[in-house]
Amino acid sequence: MSEPGRPARVRVTGPPRRRTSGVRPTASREIDADTELGAVYMSSLLGEQLRLAAGVLVALGLTVGVLPLVFHLFPHLSEVRVAGVPVPWLLLGVLVYPWLLALGWIYVRRAEANERDFIDLVDDPETP
Amino acid sequence: MTSVPGIVAVVLVTVATLAIGTWGLRFSRTTSDFFVASRTVRPGLNASAIGGEYLSAASFLGVAGLVLVFGADMLWYPVGWTAGYLVLLVLVAAPLRRSGAYTLPDFAEARLGSRRVRSLCSALVVGIGWLYLLPQFQGAGITLAATIGAPTWLGAVIVAAVVLINVTSGGMRSITFVQAFQYWLKLTALLIPACVLLAVWVGDGAPNPADAAAPGDAFWSLPLGDGGAQGLYVTYSLIIATFLGTMGLPHVVVRFYTNPDGRAARRTTLVVLGLLGVFYLLPPVYGALGRLYASDQAVGASDTLVLELPRLMVPGLGGELLTGMVTAGAFAAFLSTSSGLTIAVAGVLSQDVASKRLSGITAFRAAGVVAVVVPCAVAIAAPDVGVARTVGLAFAVAASTFCPLLLLGIWWRGLTAAGAVAGLLVGGIGSGCAVGWTLLTNATTGWAAVLLGQPAAWSVPASLATMVVVSRLTRARIPAHAGRFMVRLHTPEAVDLQR
Repeated sequence: MSEPGRPARVRVTGPPRRRTSGVRPTASREIDADTELGAVYMSSLLGEQLRLAAGVLVALGLTVGVLPLVFHLFPHLSEVRVAGVPVPWLLLGVLVYPWLLALGWIYVRRAEANERDFIDLVDDPETP
Repeated sequence: MTSVPGIVAVVLVTVATLAIGTWGLRFSRTTSDFFVASRTVRPGLNASAIGGEYLSAASFLGVAGLVLVFGADMLWYPVGWTAGYLVLLVLVAAPLRRSGAYTLPDFAEARLGSRRVRSLCSALVVGIGWLYLLPQFQGAGITLAATIGAPTWLGAVIVAAVVLINVTSGGMRSITFVQAFQYWLKLTALLIPACVLLAVWVGDGAPNPADAAAPGDAFWSLPLGDGGAQGLYVTYSLIIATFLGTMGLPHVVVRFYTNPDGRAARRTTLVVLGLLGVFYLLPPVYGALGRLYASDQAVGASDTLVLELPRLMVPGLGGELLTGMVTAGAFAAFLSTSSGLTIAVAGVLSQDVASKRLSGITAFRAAGVVAVVVPCAVAIAAPDVGVARTVGLAFAVAASTFCPLLLLGIWWRGLTAAGAVAGLLVGGIGSGCAVGWTLLTNATTGWAAVLLGQPAAWSVPASLATMVVVSRLTRARIPAHAGRFMVRLHTPEAVDLQR
């Protein structure tokens, strides 16, 4: 049925206006090239993680770390009993462990959130 | 006094360990399997393995005995051993995994680009590893002597032989399964007898251990040694050594390289915190019950309290069975900790010494033999100095050397090789002299004995300060790749960067 002399119709498409893959985002190129901007990205991640770590350690020091000093200054605390158990035993034998686990859990959640923020920042092609 | 359940327990644990090790062997094929299980271990399994490896003779036997004799200040040992993992989690877990190194000397060399730092770290790994292996072998001797009346050298030789067979045949891959199994074995072996003993205690009218008349009455519930300024110093020094020393123990660090990535390393550490917390609820129970039921035999042989207590509280066959159970747990403790330490020491020895003449797995096997035989011989020859005390000294040395190196290496771009060497020498020699002095003498009174017996409070700051000052003085020699290495340590693996 095709008429001679007239070529078959073909779909014509242009190249995609914006390539969605294969282009490395600018921010990671800045970090790889070790430019000043790349150093800013890195120090923001490092500072954020270090502040988080310091916060957890300060919390540890102010709760568990001060106990010897408290018992040194107020030795009669060790004679106080809760349900028959001396307070030092309750604190150091039992309660300290769930507290350490809670601190660790908070840290892991926040540290992973910091890393997600960093990935969003660096992998986003719109980031300068 | 020959106990049939005790012998059966030791044989069962030994056979199970060898069987699981052999089963794991089917998965061990490459050199990478031997060193780091090819980095494919999931957080749940890996955390059980870390717990199994970490809970040593000091945790299983030492803590209960110390609590019985010295009271509440000894609770700081398990608290510090657990809190050490929190410090490790927030400061080094993920970066250490991302560094991509096999061992601590590998990390030091990659970060600082210096063979000298590497050699120094290798010597320290071997030193700390042997110092930590010594009480494990001694504890094995004490255990077999107390439960089945064997000569004290026999326990050390059995543990050394089983560790050697397992480590040299399967390496890290098979050891991971063995150690995960041993965490749960240790927990069960301490939990079930504790429940039975608590039931007996309730049946006796639940007398309060804090009211019992026993040695060290005045300070038993005061968590500060004998009180006063020296007690305060000892307690804080112990806290520094245990909180900061955990990250520098060679057998702990090597486990982090077996995680698939930095995120898994963090999650593994969190699970470890939970597993250790559950376990450490138990030894103080034995210590407190011991004050009621075993106060007359306390001071002499405190390390055997956990083994003796079931027999003292439950007469007849029941007590024998419970003793067999805790013996099995104690034996698992020696085997798993010694295996982990042997892997770490052998890894370093084979890479730095043996690999010049032998190849891959052969070098690792030869190094394993050396790593086990030396401390085993010393353990048989040297007198017993108390399991928890020797382990405490190993923590002090680790805290004074590898802790500053890891902290500054991971978080401070300005660390130089010269600074690292100077700091390692100051911390290593300072704490090493204190260890030698403490092991050779036996004085425990006066400020000199207190400062040398618990060195961490001065040796850690000295080492840290030396590293910072010398690095500032040699700042022209900051390694050129320091910035690139920081990128590798801290950025998530999902980001596409040159590492």
